[in-house]
Amino acid sequence: MTTTATEYRLCELMICAAAESFAGNGEVLATGIGVIPRLAASLAMKTCNTDLMMTDSEAWMLSEPNPVSGRNLNEGQKQESWMGFSRIFNNVWGGKRHALVGPSQIDQFGQTNISALGGTYRQPKVQMLGVRGFPGNSISHANSFYVPAHSKRVFVEGECDVVCSIGYNAERLPRGYSFDDIDIRRVVTDLCVMDWCGPNHQLRLVSLHPGITVQQVTDNTGFEVHTGNELTTTAAPTIEQLAIITALDPVGIRHKQLSDNPMGDRR
Amino acid sequence: MNKIVSAEQAIAQISDGMTVGIGGWGPRRKPMALIREILRSDLKDLTIVAYGGADVGMLCAAGKVKKVIFAFVSLDFIPLEPYFREARQNASIEVMEIDEGMLLLGLRAAAWKIPFIPTSVGLGTDVIKNNSDLAVISSPYDEKDWVAMPALKLDVALVHVDKADSRGVCQIKGPDLYMDDWFARAAAVTIASSEDIVESDYFSSSDEARYVHWERSETTAVVHLPCGAHPTSCAPLYGFDVAHFKTYNASVKEAGFGPYCDTYIAGKDEQEYQQAVGGLDKIKSIPLPIY
Repeated sequence: MTTTATEYRLCELMICAAAESFAGNGEVLATGIGVIPRLAASLAMKTCNTDLMMTDSEAWMLSEPNPVSGRNLNEGQKQESWMGFSRIFNNVWGGKRHALVGPSQIDQFGQTNISALGGTYRQPKVQMLGVRGFPGNSISHANSFYVPAHSKRVFVEGECDVVCSIGYNAERLPRGYSFDDIDIRRVVTDLCVMDWCGPNHQLRLVSLHPGITVQQVTDNTGFEVHTGNELTTTAAPTIEQLAIITALDPVGIRHKQLSDNPMGDRR
Repeated sequence: MNKIVSAEQAIAQISDGMTVGIGGWGPRRKPMALIREILRSDLKDLTIVAYGGADVGMLCAAGKVKKVIFAFVSLDFIPLEPYFREARQNASIEVMEIDEGMLLLGLRAAAWKIPFIPTSVGLGTDVIKNNSDLAVISSPYDEKDWVAMPALKLDVALVHVDKADSRGVCQIKGPDLYMDDWFARAAAVTIASSEDIVESDYFSSSDEARYVHWERSETTAVVHLPCGAHPTSCAPLYGFDVAHFKTYNASVKEAGFGPYCDTYIAGKDEQEYQQAVGGLDKIKSIPLPIY
């Protein structure tokens, strides 16, 4: 029996919504970068997909996800194999992975940017991280996106300043490739859940978080979002899910990830 | 054969304009004492290949760098490396920005003495658009595009290890060796700084020998530099120095790299550096990060 929680925070709603991305994935390496994505992947591994694999964010594959807070090194962790950074690429290029990442920019094609903003390749206005593993991730395995503050600064008009990951963009599609070779799954923001299953892989609104309107989503997205389908309200966390999240984050660092730590139901 | 030399002798093998690969990953097990020796030298116009952290930032800040070949430069808990960021935004360096895995393939191609390794990584992104010397080729076996990731041949590789003997047998017992084995193999000259120098018998047991990840023929020089990874980590021996990185990071908004370098590095030997950052015992007591 599951019981829906009546009081929960937005971060917890987003964790549960993002965890759903991993349902039905089977035995893949779930990589959640950042507190909320990692909690989402960990929750999925404890609930909707117990076949998931996960690392300790360093060099070991775990049979049980580590808590994201309150962990003492002496407690140890449940390891099942060595998984150093060079070995990660063997997994990535084999395709049995689903990453949940938080890009700085996402465009209408599902292309993303974490490298730099503005200026030129020779002289960016703002240098960020660099492309990191995004090019390889995007052409090798499934990816979902986490956006803590849904705005036109993230969902940009036109194309990303630096295109770090391949998307559903016919102009950039390599010879011999089709959109079927690209696997962008879910987008979970502080306003809604979306996917790329609109006409011709257009970004599509799937569910609105309680108290959020379609207008709020479209007003804060720099390109057209497909809204033609039947909309639902993002499912509230269950009591059971909240208990697992609390066990995975006993100190509560999830509450520091979104500004003002809003309630999940904003009606 | 005795490969043990001083840091100064080791760095003397590097010349202006060379391509230098640096092992480690972000704030983890970087050969920082060797980097400090480069900062004290007159070297310039280096091309740096790295999974970058403060190693890249400091070399950029000191004007040692012509070009950086990178996938990221980050201190992890401080996501953006302050001086790399400054160098990029001032256009004071050239770059080849590639995927993390492409960098690995480039090192492997160099190690295996082949001109390139085909990969799908980079297709559809600005990596192939921005790097005009990165070729997209056709395959004799299918009708698809492939990126030909060129060999990243290194003149010199710098790595930091846990233990080494005088013949260049190097051991990394930390949880991850990162790509250090590939840096060593991709380079004409590999300089390893080591926490400890041990007798060759140390490696006799299987439990020790299995943590030796490349053959001694790939190691050219060994430098004894205890805590030589500071302020980066050398797990399981010590973590990264969060307080020191914060000081370093803040310096970019204050007086800049010059005063930082004067306080800790310029005109000082490694013992004096250690004193300036609190001493060897303090470094060894820095806790490991918990993720």
